[in-house]
Amino acid sequence: MSKVLQQELVALSGNEAVAYAFKQARPHVASAFPITPQTEMMHKFAEFVANGESTAEMILVESEHSAMSAAVGAAAAGARTITATSSAGFALMWEVVYIAASLRLPIQMALVNRALSGNINIHCDHSDSMGGRDAGWIHHFCENAQEAYDTGLINFRISEHMDVRLPAMVNYDGFIISHKEDALYLLNDDAAFDFVGPYKHKYTLLDPARPLTVGPLDLTDYYFEHKWSQLETYPRVFDVARDVFDEFADLTGRRYGFWEEYKLDDADLVMVVLGSSAGTAKDVIDEYRDKGVKVGLLKLRMFRPFPAEQLQPVLAGRKAIAVLDRSASFGGWGGPVFTEIRSAAYGLPGAAPIHNWIYGLGGRDFELGHAAEVIEALQKIAAGGEQPIHNLLGCRA
Amino acid sequence: MAAQMVEIRWHARGGQGAKTAATFVAQAVLAKGKYGQGFPEYGPERRGAPVRGYTRISSTPIRRHCGIENPNIVVVLDSSLLDSTAAGVTAGTDERTVFLINTSLAPDEIRAKINVPGAKIYTVDATKIALDNFGKPIPNMPMTGALLAAEPFMDLGEFLDAMKVKFSTKFSQAVVEGNLRAVEKAYNEVVSA
Repeated sequence: MSKVLQQELVALSGNEAVAYAFKQARPHVASAFPITPQTEMMHKFAEFVANGESTAEMILVESEHSAMSAAVGAAAAGARTITATSSAGFALMWEVVYIAASLRLPIQMALVNRALSGNINIHCDHSDSMGGRDAGWIHHFCENAQEAYDTGLINFRISEHMDVRLPAMVNYDGFIISHKEDALYLLNDDAAFDFVGPYKHKYTLLDPARPLTVGPLDLTDYYFEHKWSQLETYPRVFDVARDVFDEFADLTGRRYGFWEEYKLDDADLVMVVLGSSAGTAKDVIDEYRDKGVKVGLLKLRMFRPFPAEQLQPVLAGRKAIAVLDRSASFGGWGGPVFTEIRSAAYGLPGAAPIHNWIYGLGGRDFELGHAAEVIEALQKIAAGGEQPIHNLLGCRA
Repeated sequence: MAAQMVEIRWHARGGQGAKTAATFVAQAVLAKGKYGQGFPEYGPERRGAPVRGYTRISSTPIRRHCGIENPNIVVVLDSSLLDSTAAGVTAGTDERTVFLINTSLAPDEIRAKINVPGAKIYTVDATKIALDNFGKPIPNMPMTGALLAAEPFMDLGEFLDAMKVKFSTKFSQAVVEGNLRAVEKAYNEVVSA
């Protein structure tokens, strides 16, 4: 293990932290359209461009559909490309979000999670990201500004790896992380760029010696095979990501995985959560641990590709599992994290009951008491008590 | 961890600078090797509407991301909020909570207005100090000085240095110096009971 790098402790908002990560990776092109709560992130990045700290070409477009289209064009031409959005902006990108993944273009996006309309709400939930969960991007969720910054850097390495070549998004909670002044360690610019490395491309539109067509008509004869080749890619992401996580840990002392385990080794009761709520849950888990309750946290970081097989040993041997979803699946049988976790646990011998709590929609605060409410319910379930499969948390239902 | 953490809830009206104060204190404590978290409660952006800000200070990394329901310290930038039940100045407080109010009244006069038996109350006329020192009735920075007197999370000198660094890029020297004087004056003039 190499010597861990000396790093500077700074106070930044989550948006500023991710802007630093994106600047330090020295992208060639940035295309974006402003939307709350993402605006400040691109604002900061544009400031880096304006003052010469970044040589990226800023493409200011008239909509998010154009932002993603410009990103696709730039990435297809062989440029390291970044963008950022939130909520309805991501929804408007929709068509092109799929194209980015299908064309295997390693575009980096900051998705500052915000509720979808209607009604109009500018605050955090994960509906935007979850709407795009099947589009083929790598999705990472972050607990705090530190994780958002680190993941911003890490994603370049996973995404641009020649065995992967997929676009990646760093998800962090709108306002809760994006606008909160928080303390974090930054790498210096050179160390960060050394870690990310120079951009390599396999095919480029701008090579006259090797002319190529990107995104042509692809009908009943070959479309399916092209989707097959894309499907084959996702299991490879795990191996690549593991190596990148190791290298990042050696460099910074901060170790990441597909998920983080908190007091999980001997836990009978497990809470599964994404994003900033994990931090709040940890404080409450400590209180219950002090009372002798064997409860732990499974904080999922990588939601796409979903590490189902890897998670199975972690899900096995528990007494009750609570999955918290910060988005609803209207008409579905529970939130998106719940259905994935329950699928992953299917067939495990002695599988624990798994229940779902929908919480925090539209930025409703995830309070310490909410985490406690879930732990109390888990104790009841483990003792054989009645508890609905589907629950709401913090809603005046 | 929670025992080593100080949680501060700011009550103000839009335009009084609660966000700036709440986030600046979180930044300033880094100079002491402490961890800070600062954020406002984002709502409709209307000048004069009741707003809240939150600051956490801790010797260990801060994990929780929720609003502050049970503050150690309540800072009130606009004393008219004391009459508003909607503002919820005393919500989630008890006899261990410290109140710091921007007012020309004495602590005992404030105690007669709000029902907080046993709680320590600090008062300072931050609006007057602001007007006297930089000519605007913006009480946020003087209130950070008063906060520092009530909860000495760092030395006044270190705090003023951090302020100078932070605001010199954004404001004129006259404005920065006026604010520094106001912070120091509020630090010295705040009284408690």
